[in-house]
Amino acid sequence: MKELRLMKGNEAIAEAAIRAGVDGYFGYPITPQSEVLEYLMHERPEKRTGMVVLQAESEVAAINMVYGGSGAGKMVMTSSSSPGISLKQEGITYLAGAELPCMILNVVRAGPGLGTIQPAQSDYFQSVKGGGHGDYKLIVLAPASVQEMYNFVELSFDLAFKYRTPVLILSDGAIGQMMEKVEIGEQKVRLTDAQVKERCPWATTGKDANRERNIITSLDLDPNKQEIFNQKLQAKYKVIEENEVRFEEIQTEDAEYLFIAYGTSSRICQKSIQLAREKGIKVGLLRPITLFPYPSKRLLELSKQVKGILTVEMSAGQMIEDVKLAVECSVPVEHFGRMGGIIPSPGEVVEALEQKFL
Amino acid sequence: MAEKIINKDIVKEENLVYKKTDLLTDKPLSYCPGCGHGTAHRLVMEVVEELNVQEETIGIAPVGCSVLAYEFMDIDMQQAAHGRAPALATAIKRLYPEKYVFTYQGDGDLAAIGTAETIHACNRGENITIIFVNNGIYGMTGGQMAPTTLPGMKSSTSPYGRDVQSMGAPMKMTELVAQLPGTYFVTRQAVHTPSAVRKAKKAIKKAFENQKLKKGLSFVEIVSNCNSGWKMTPLKSNEWMVDNMFPAYPLGDIKVPEE
Repeated sequence: MKELRLMKGNEAIAEAAIRAGVDGYFGYPITPQSEVLEYLMHERPEKRTGMVVLQAESEVAAINMVYGGSGAGKMVMTSSSSPGISLKQEGITYLAGAELPCMILNVVRAGPGLGTIQPAQSDYFQSVKGGGHGDYKLIVLAPASVQEMYNFVELSFDLAFKYRTPVLILSDGAIGQMMEKVEIGEQKVRLTDAQVKERCPWATTGKDANRERNIITSLDLDPNKQEIFNQKLQAKYKVIEENEVRFEEIQTEDAEYLFIAYGTSSRICQKSIQLAREKGIKVGLLRPITLFPYPSKRLLELSKQVKGILTVEMSAGQMIEDVKLAVECSVPVEHFGRMGGIIPSPGEVVEALEQKFL
Repeated sequence: MAEKIINKDIVKEENLVYKKTDLLTDKPLSYCPGCGHGTAHRLVMEVVEELNVQEETIGIAPVGCSVLAYEFMDIDMQQAAHGRAPALATAIKRLYPEKYVFTYQGDGDLAAIGTAETIHACNRGENITIIFVNNGIYGMTGGQMAPTTLPGMKSSTSPYGRDVQSMGAPMKMTELVAQLPGTYFVTRQAVHTPSAVRKAKKAIKKAFENQKLKKGLSFVEIVSNCNSGWKMTPLKSNEWMVDNMFPAYPLGDIKVPEE
């Protein structure tokens, strides 16, 4: 029997975390994602599963708590919104540098600075190009529904532990706040300390006589060794690019034009496709689900069949750079976006398509 | 053969006056000769050995001179971003309540960039141990002014001496955290003489044993020297420490649990 609930995206993330057997959540209030922490505190996960939930003194402390917990092999996560995610960048680059698995949720709001609490997609560069200092990447998942908010929690941890890397869920204020029907999964049992030891032989679980001490660090003062480590990281990202690309296509079979959009924008584009097709414009949608790794190969294939590509983003145009790189200048690529917390209407997306290409 | 017999004589129980704990690795210390860090490391590891909790102990190294503490301590360790050690320790202890978790931090790490993490871990009463080595200067980066640098004290960023008017007064973190209800045991020690070392070790042992009681955070400051940063000989730096640091940072227990 499927369990269905009407939930906010932020609540779905929190419930999914409890059900996935997450060991620890460390957060700090910020709109529009505070429901994650509120829901977890209300649900008493320490009683339901033994999960630790802690309100930290800052986003900086919260991400470093994630570092500590992850370094000890546990399934740990944090969530925030854009200004808070900026604060977390120090911790995120250390997590990447120490190859620590964890999940970070960004419920994006408009910036720069304090900006506004309305939804935006203006943290794309920060999410997929590094964000903090040094050469590193995160696996970035972009949910477009409350159901995907729920489902991506477990997916994040699977990928995080498979590759020993932080995984970012790049959501936005609309998906975090809106309510939709969600199919709830089974309650998973949290791993025992013995199982954690087995899954993470590298973790600081306490040095016993059978092994050398485990050290979690991102420091190597010897540049030769540091370069070898950097090469190892880059090789890992290559493997991720080869194996973990996820995307969805809508009405691309006969498409002459293509929308590329993720998250909230991709939902707007679905309606725009309908409106455009009523006018006789054959347009389809490629929705990247992973923003890193990016579905560049599929995009290049699709570019051969279309006359033009319109990226639709709630930003000044950030993902468009990856689209242009992917299609190798084989087809015109244009951007349409709204900023400052405004969600584009389906009609204005169609207008933009007509204006740029027809 | 004769050589072996001589070695045997040396390690005879009655001839043995000192033995390095097995929990310190054989890696040469990265500290300047004369620095107190080596002694502080030894005491922490001796305590872990005496409590027989190597398997149960997770240490957090800071950023600063002791950033490489994990090279010298033969236990599982994590190296934290600058100042964040108490945040790491908080999560580890919450996720493994039966483990012994400690941070080892310097004064720049703990009393400047990590002020928030320190105060809030103390305020939440995390059942961890903080070892705070205070030598009044940023050692690793080359002797800059620290929050604990004394008034008038010269450093590379206070070349004419710390001017309290414009640079602030020395930060007394240990007295500050003692005010918080979450701290259970707060003490200030030193490691410059054999008697000070014995007292410091006793304090560190107590600070570790307290973790079993789950009554709050144990905080051990160790006032130490930085002969390189202070630009003195090791001997002179210890004398200077006694004459100048100790009046500002008086040794002794600041907060002791009620029996």
